[in-house]
Order: sequence, then structure tokens, then C-alpha cells
Amino acid sequence: MLKGSLGLIALSSLLMSGTAFAQEKIKVGVTATLEGTYTVLGEDGIRGFQTALNVLGKKVGDKELEFVIASTDATPDSAVRAVRKLIEQDKVQILLSPLSGDEGIAVKNFAKTHPELTFINAASGAQETTYVDPAPNFFRYNMDGAQWQVGLGKYAYETKGYRKIATVGEDYSFIYTQVFGLVLEFCGAGGQVTNRQWVPLGTKDFASVIAALPDDVDAIYLGLGGADAVNFLNQYQQAGGKAHLMGGSIMIDQTILSSKGNAKNALVGTLAASGQADTWEDPGWQKFVKDYQDAFPPAKRFPSPSLLATNYYGSTMALILALRQVNGDLSDNQSKYKAALAKIELDAPNGKIKLDSNRQAIGTNFVTEVVDDGKGALFSKVVKVIPNVNQTLGYDPAVFAKIGLPSRTVPECKKY
Amino acid sequence: MTRFVERHPAWSLIVIIAVAVVLWLIFAVWPPGLEDAIGRKRVFLNALFNGITLGGLYFLVASGFTLIFGLMRNVNLAHGSLYLFGGYVGYAISASTGSWILSFIVAFILTALVGVLLQVLVFRRMEGQDLRQTMVTIGLSIVFADLMLWACGGDFYQIQTPNWLIGPIDLPLITAVKSSGEPVYLRYPLVRLVIFLASVIIGIAMWLALNRTRIGMIIRAGVDDRDILAATGVRIQAVFVLVFALGAGLAGIAGVVGGTFQSLSPGEDIRFLLASLVVVIVGGMGSIPGAALGALIIGLAEQLGSVYIPTYAIVVTFLIMVLVLALRPQGLLARR
Repeated sequence: MLKGSLGLIALSSLLMSGTAFAQEKIKVGVTATLEGTYTVLGEDGIRGFQTALNVLGKKVGDKELEFVIASTDATPDSAVRAVRKLIEQDKVQILLSPLSGDEGIAVKNFAKTHPELTFINAASGAQETTYVDPAPNFFRYNMDGAQWQVGLGKYAYETKGYRKIATVGEDYSFIYTQVFGLVLEFCGAGGQVTNRQWVPLGTKDFASVIAALPDDVDAIYLGLGGADAVNFLNQYQQAGGKAHLMGGSIMIDQTILSSKGNAKNALVGTLAASGQADTWEDPGWQKFVKDYQDAFPPAKRFPSPSLLATNYYGSTMALILALRQVNGDLSDNQSKYKAALAKIELDAPNGKIKLDSNRQAIGTNFVTEVVDDGKGALFSKVVKVIPNVNQTLGYDPAVFAKIGLPSRTVPECKKY
Repeated sequence: MTRFVERHPAWSLIVIIAVAVVLWLIFAVWPPGLEDAIGRKRVFLNALFNGITLGGLYFLVASGFTLIFGLMRNVNLAHGSLYLFGGYVGYAISASTGSWILSFIVAFILTALVGVLLQVLVFRRMEGQDLRQTMVTIGLSIVFADLMLWACGGDFYQIQTPNWLIGPIDLPLITAVKSSGEPVYLRYPLVRLVIFLASVIIGIAMWLALNRTRIGMIIRAGVDDRDILAATGVRIQAVFVLVFALGAGLAGIAGVVGGTFQSLSPGEDIRFLLASLVVVIVGGMGSIPGAALGALIIGLAEQLGSVYIPTYAIVVTFLIMVLVLALRPQGLLARR
């Protein structure tokens, strides 16, 4: 149905383009994971995107923005296929893509084959995307997975007193990056990460994974998202699991905290870190939450925007505001537009965002704890705000380069 | 059994040794050297039990699939949709009434009804045209998937486990001995055991119904030669409708089970269709014991694989399928 209606939108936009030829249009392609394990994440990303359009409008000077949405399923080939289709068939000039980590790396590499176009990352957070061999026309206005974990390791070690933890995560680049950020800080503070388990994206039966969790640790860190996270929690509850939990940025997120059923209650009190916190009192954040809530009826949205909605909102904001700065001028292979994008500083709902020389965001990070609002709804409550987090996590770039790229076993658990 | 031993003495010996080794692994307290080599016994036992219980779920889905194929030669590729539909119905019932048991009954009845409608309105019109039926079921599965996405959204649904089934129980299997000499027993989720028992009961009931009742006799006769059966005056169309209803209903029940210990979301229909295809290809198309054996093998392969060779776990299932197709293309327990 969704795919069908997207097709219809695409078709109707084609038909309409004939009637409105008087006005010049700028075509933008958007991708989101509207299929597979991360369906719910993709849907909320699109909600964030639409909220941004409601707030900012679709006009750039005398030009009108036109959007074409394509669906992916979190695999790199699906993302490249969608982007290729948007460029070759729909003739888009700017891309807002993609959502998920592996997709990000693939789309970044693909971006190099179209240096004349502009790619704005929608929400993906693998470190490699902008850190290794970045594409000059690929801009990322959200932090990467490691930046989103800043503060968590220290807080767990110093305030919570955790000394030994184990991790369970999905086996792909974004979660590698998240565990990278966590391990670096937790082990740097003196903690130990005894065991790292990796499960394929889209695992349904976690019972054996749960059985293999070590019991001699203070906490277990979960780097899961979407359907995988819900399945894990459900089976964790059935197995009578009682350990302290810590969560990654898409684990402790409204996509999971407002899932149906009571398995999510295992998360109350869970420590996490992310590029946002549901209960942050900042007026900009509160306004965004209200805009999001007003844009959709309660049954069609989460109680509060997810990280994906926030990322899509920020990326769309950058896309439109920079386009307005150059008054919609995309001549000369969009060079003016790209320059504006590289310079722009965003007053995003989740704090100020600016780009570094790799066109990667420097932003604000939040350490949070899950609380029950008394009516059965779960929210992430902010316990610590850390501004100006850069991609090397405050390390000297030369030291940071020695650590290696995030993978199943990198970084080692030691002080760098 | 004795004939098998007489004909394949070497194979029998290997099977007996394998069974003995597995039994020893389950019941004995592992010596420290073994624990160092392949990990703790708790992990092994859990993976083993999980494989068996997951096999129970696969059996529920695949038995309906294989039953329909056996009698009607209809490869119903919309079977996964029936699974997901049953799951959603079960969720709606358990969320509105709070009764887990009731959700099974309603899911069974409603999916059976959908099965009857499919048989009467669609498949009866193209009887004996295998390819056309298969194409139609592919189309239907896409239509159903989109309808369910429209009605239920892309959200994950979990059916609430009733309170008396939440949590683990201690099984009388020793996983380790503490230094004080006190044994540590295996703790295992109760709900999975109950679901496994239920699928064993359903399996035995199906076997009894097929082998000990008059209607079962008619169905078996139909599997062997439906034209002769029809010629003897049996109302074959009524039998078809009944079998389709039963097969669909089983898929519906499996949906509730799957929604209870995993979760329901778009895409699950394809996953379970694929699982039941693999199961019946391994076990033998049209054979109920084959479905049981296939489900057990696939469930065990998935779970033991996810623990001992996590990176390649996904491949194991398909490797088994390839091996079976290469060595015994009709399936392990197929008669012909």
C-alpha cells in the first residue's frame, strides 16, 4: 500500500509537472527505510521531514520544491538502487538520503559518480561515511554513531559505578560505530568490556543470544533497533532477564519506547546516549515536539519525535535554508549551493549544528535515562548535555586515526 | 526401523552414536576441558531447546502448507499471508479481551474462513492448473501484504504473554556444579515449552486424524489418487474445502504463536513462507512427518548456528536445503 501510494505520488507529480510549467521547480529525492526491519524508523523519519516542510514551507524564492520519495530496506544495494532511480528516472537535483548506516557508506560512494549533484545525508550514522575518503558533494548534518555515545561510558563508570559490561549489537556499520564510541570512553575511564556479541540485522529469535549473555557483568549494552529490539526485549522478558541495561541511540528511542506490548518496561531506568532527549527543556526542542505533534493525529505518530524524525528534520532544514541563501541558484554544478551548505550553521531542535572540513556535523549529545511518565508511556529523560561533540570525539586526530575503523573487534578495550 | 537397520548397518551405527553423544551432552555434567573448547553447557542446552521450540513453530506453519500441497497439488504461496493475518487477528483479540486462549480460537476460525473463501472463490476455478494457481497465490500474497500494511501499519505488534506463562522455570537438567557442590539447573522460558508441547499435541492429533479416522482415510486416498477417489462417490470438493480450512487455520494459530514469542510486522509473511518452503523441501512435499522432521532440523540449524557460527548462521539453513536437494531431491521422508 505504502509503496503503491508512493508510486501514485510519483505518478501524479509527473502529471502535474505538465500543468505547472510556468513555475520553475527544484526536484529533491528522498529515501527512507519503508520496508523491512527498520520500517517504523523510516516512517518516523518521513514524519520529521514533513514537519520540516510544514514549518519552513516549500518555496525558495520564486521556485517551488518538489519531492519524490523512494523506499529502501536498510541494505546498501537497496539504497543505491533507490538513489539511482531517483536520479535517472525522476531527474532529481538534490538528494536527501539515506537513513541507515550501511546505506550511508554506499550512497556516499555512489555520490562520487555524480559530482554535479548534491547529497544531503538524511539520518545515517556510520563513522566511515564521512571519515574515510569523504565525497565532496555529501553533507551530513547529524552526528555519527560514536558521537551519539559520547558521555555514556563515563556516566556509567563514574555515576552508576559499572565496571564490567558486555554488548549485544546488530552486525553492521552503524552499531559498530556506536559500540566504538561506547568502548572508547568506558574503557578509557577504566571499565572493562568483556564480551561483544553480534547478531545479523533482522534476527527474530534471540533466545540463544540471550542464553549466551554473561552473568558476571554489571550491565549489558544493547545496540539494536526496530523490530530486532522489540523481539529481543520480548524474549528477554520471557527468559526472566534481570540485568542492568544500557542502550544505543536507536534502542532507547520512541520507535522502541512506544512499541505495543509490555516488554519495553524492561527498559525503565536504562542508561543511554543519543543526539536527542525526549524531555529536554530547551524551547527550540519543545517547539519542534509541538510542531511534530500538531502535524499528525496521535494514532499516526509517536508521543514524541524519534531520533530519525529529528535527523530528517535537521537535514531538511539544512537543505531548504541553504537553498534560500543562494536563492535557488543551482547553476555551475550547484557550486554556490554546496558552498552555502558547507558554511551553514543550523539552529536545529537538538542543539546547534555546524560542519567540519569533511562535511560532518559537530553537535550536541545527550546522556539519558528511561523514565515512566506515570501513565505507562516511556520517555528518555536528560541527565547530561554535552555540547560541541566532533567526529574525533575530542581526541587528537592523529591519535584517533591510530585507533582504527569501527568493526566487530575495534577498538580494543584500553586507554588510547 | 528394523528394515532400515538391516539395509544400512553403517548409517544406523552413525545415527546411534550421534544420538548417544547428544544424550550425553544433555544429561552429563560437562568436564572443564569441554567447556573451554565449546563454551558453557547452559548456552548449548538453551540453543538446543530453542532450536526444538522454534522447530515447533515452523512445524505449525509448514504442516498446513504441506497438507494443502499433498492433497490439492496447490503450492499456496499466500500461506505466509495467512500466518500474518492470523497473528494480527490474535493481537486484536488478545488486546481487546485480554484472553490469550481466545485469540487462538478466533485466529483459527477467521483464517480458516479466509482459507475456505480462497478455495471456493479462487482455486476451484483453476483446478489442476498448477502453474496458474501458483501465480495467483503470489499475486494474492502481495495484495494481502499491502492490505495488512494499510490496516495495521508498519508497526511491530506483540501479543501479550499471559501472566502465568511469563518468566522462566527450572528444568531438571544440570548445567553446572557450583564449587560448593550445589547443582545449577537449567532455567528456561515457560512459554516456549508450552508452545512446543502444544505443537507436539497438534502434530499427534493430525497424525491420528489422518491415520485413524474415516475422513483421514479419505484425505489419504485423495493424496494418492484424487480422480479415483472422486469416482468412488466421495464429495471431493467438500474434502478440499475442509483441508484448505484446516491448513489455513493452522497457519493462523502459528501466527498467534509467532506474535507471542517473536513479533508481528510487515515482511514476516515472506519470512515464514520461505521458512515453510525450506522445511517442506527438506522434509518432503506433502508429508506431515516430513514437515515435523524438516522443522526440527531447520529450527536446530538456525539456533545452534546463531550461537556457534554467528557470522554464517543464515547460510546454514540454505546449505541444508541444497544438500537435501542434491542427495535426496524428493525430501527426507517423502514416499515417492
